[in-house]
Amino acid sequence: MNSTQDDLIHYLLLLGDSALIQGQRLCEWCGKAPAIEEELALMNVGLDLVGQARNWLDYAAELLADGRDADDLAFRRDERAYRNLLLVEQPNGDFAVTMAKQFLFDAWHLQVLKGLCDSTDLRIAGIAAKALKEVTYHLRRSSEWVQRLGGGTDESRRRMLAAITQVWRFTVELASGSEAETRLAAAGIGADPAQVGAAWLHQVEATFASVELPLPPAASHFYLSGRTGMHTEHLGILLAEMQFLPRAYPDATW
Amino acid sequence: MSVWTLYEVFVRSKHGLNHKHVGSVHAADDAMAIENARELYTRRSEGVSLWVVPSALIVASSPDEKDPLFDPADDKVYRHASFYELPDEVGHM
Repeated sequence: MNSTQDDLIHYLLLLGDSALIQGQRLCEWCGKAPAIEEELALMNVGLDLVGQARNWLDYAAELLADGRDADDLAFRRDERAYRNLLLVEQPNGDFAVTMAKQFLFDAWHLQVLKGLCDSTDLRIAGIAAKALKEVTYHLRRSSEWVQRLGGGTDESRRRMLAAITQVWRFTVELASGSEAETRLAAAGIGADPAQVGAAWLHQVEATFASVELPLPPAASHFYLSGRTGMHTEHLGILLAEMQFLPRAYPDATW
Repeated sequence: MSVWTLYEVFVRSKHGLNHKHVGSVHAADDAMAIENARELYTRRSEGVSLWVVPSALIVASSPDEKDPLFDPADDKVYRHASFYELPDEVGHM
């Protein structure tokens, strides 16, 4: 396996796993959202992301060519083999934490997909172009919620401030990328992580500023990293639930 | 949720000329009303355009006035243009 292919597989797993885990977290709101309208919206966004994850993982499985398909990658891979961003595996918390996570992720996701629309890998460009429409809407929704809660009542603002404080340290993975991603960008295949990080910060700054939410100082690297499979304690529990059925009843159909 | 406003939702379908009433949604403001309407009423490609209007702004006829408002029209069938014989050449009209 050549090194570009190796880089690409890791990149597809970063994209696919992040979308899948974010989608799974959103689906935890099923039956518990504050209003039926909001519940449907959360599920729609979640299902968009699971659909995108399928496209990325299908491609990753083809390149891996080891007999596994996208379902095997989703349901029979252990925590350490997952490459999702740490941000998306964090627990939902209250609605403010859910929306803060969603917004920070959407702002990153949009920039990545914009970059990927110009990929010289036409399959990547095609998946990105389709996903970009969905994610443009996701960001519109989540940024409005950040503004509504941040600029709403004393209580909603207090909760949004607390939510940002709680998840901000995981944004270090959004503001910067790996050397492999920089190599892929140079090869015309991937989105440039430096550009993505700068545009992400610009978006976050503008949305926060619109309701006078203070922008925290840039998060710094710490000993965990989703890109290398070093996850927080929350991913294992999420996977235990998500993977239970296919692992307990292999090859079950319904 | 208790202070959210009720909006009526109107959708124009792909081939439809006019917006049709499809139901209602709750939302905290106008922008959220459009988004919630999109989530509930266009997720299966039902439409290409949405209108939302606060339900409280709709002026409705009273059910009590049903008889004076609508009954008088019942025995005036001549108001339907169904008594003309159309020449075959006209075809469907």
